[in-house]
Amino acid sequence: MSQDYDVIVAGAGMVGAAIGYGLAGLQQRVLMLDGADADFRAAKANFGLVWAHGKGFGHPDYQRLSIQAVQDWPAFARTLEQESGIDFAYEHDGGLQFCLSEDEFHKRAARIDAWHAQTPELAPCTTMLDRAELQRRFPTLRLGEAVAGASFGTLDGHVNPLRLLAAMHRAYLNRGGQLRSNHPVTAISNLPGGGFEVRSGDTVARAARVVIAAGLGSSKLGPMVGLDVPLRPQRGQLLVTERLAPLLPVPASGLRQTAEGTVMIGVTQEEVGFDLATTTAGAAQMVRRALRVLPDLAQARLVRQWACLRVMTPDGNPVYAQSQSHPGASIALCHSGVTLASFHAGALAHALAKNQFSSSLDIFHHERFHVPQAA
Amino acid sequence: MFHKLPDPGATTVTIYLDGEPIPAEPGESVAGVLFRQDDSVCRTTPVHDNPRTPYCMMGVCFDCLAVIDGQASVQSCQVTVQEGMRVERQHGRRKVNA
Repeated sequence: MSQDYDVIVAGAGMVGAAIGYGLAGLQQRVLMLDGADADFRAAKANFGLVWAHGKGFGHPDYQRLSIQAVQDWPAFARTLEQESGIDFAYEHDGGLQFCLSEDEFHKRAARIDAWHAQTPELAPCTTMLDRAELQRRFPTLRLGEAVAGASFGTLDGHVNPLRLLAAMHRAYLNRGGQLRSNHPVTAISNLPGGGFEVRSGDTVARAARVVIAAGLGSSKLGPMVGLDVPLRPQRGQLLVTERLAPLLPVPASGLRQTAEGTVMIGVTQEEVGFDLATTTAGAAQMVRRALRVLPDLAQARLVRQWACLRVMTPDGNPVYAQSQSHPGASIALCHSGVTLASFHAGALAHALAKNQFSSSLDIFHHERFHVPQAA
Repeated sequence: MFHKLPDPGATTVTIYLDGEPIPAEPGESVAGVLFRQDDSVCRTTPVHDNPRTPYCMMGVCFDCLAVIDGQASVQSCQVTVQEGMRVERQHGRRKVNA
């Protein structure tokens, strides 16, 4: 069997690029086929959080996966920055989720307790900080009166997501991977004798294995290789201010100050289908909450509002699966492409290189969505 | 958006640039006044602290930002001079939590 490549990755966004980068470091000959600029790309409005705390509530395996990914991030970032020569401003001094009343604070504390209890084998990575403790730890933070406290994820951090994506592309190419932009995959078919033929318009390439990591575009590609994963777009609107002197020392859920000084305010979670519009109501909702946390922001100028469509599965948890009907085809989908990048470039790339998923990934198979309803 | 050119030689107004009184013509923009100064830099950039002067003069490039009557990050090409107006050059990142 002589193929052009060992693996073809359909999609070179945050998920595909991490997988491709990982595979290219494992002596795999890899081709990544990327879509067009104007395609729906979740990474366009990525908030840039590397975040575990509170994730996977009701789903301990996703919680474990997120915590492990965040713990792997420092080493992942070091290697990637070295190989790419691109500084993507990774900081991991912890992350806050603010509570805007005593009631919210107590509910959050109970939720974090329950979240920790899901994985008793892991050391707690989140603490509750009341207002006084918040101010003691972050003396420069000028909090709004409504802030009763926050949950503080000690492992969490943030990154410049656009530079992260550029770094993964660069390092992938340095490792010998091939990348074709503006080549959305249009067809995938089995080759007699094994392997796949992947088409993008007039371009045809062959590989022993195929990984679908095309975000929302995966709905069209998955069924070609027996990987029919239900997906829906979820709109996230974002706002960004002019560049300001430091006023938020660590990132928060829905509010972070970038290395350059802009403050990102987000993000809405709207079920509106394939609609990238921005709305005044969305802006008002985001700004109102941000001003209750940091009233000083009232003096800042907003410079841009935009939206993207996030990739959502029915339960919001990732999907990693190998095809039963088309051996050698796999799929990877999630809405936390930044946080999980260390996993995608690490353990997942290893599994894909060996074409063998460990049983710990079974829980992330999309057959969980197809269980017939009990009578 | 279109204005008749003001009659030169009409009365002048005085604005203050970093505290210095400067004569200006009624109807002209603050950026226009800045352009005439020996030091026409109106701001330095927030990340690298590079100097910037007004550029496009039509509200597009945002290079002409300055502090006008206490309000920072104002596009000075879009503001018409007023008697006694206080203009300050804007250096680096704005501080909103001073």
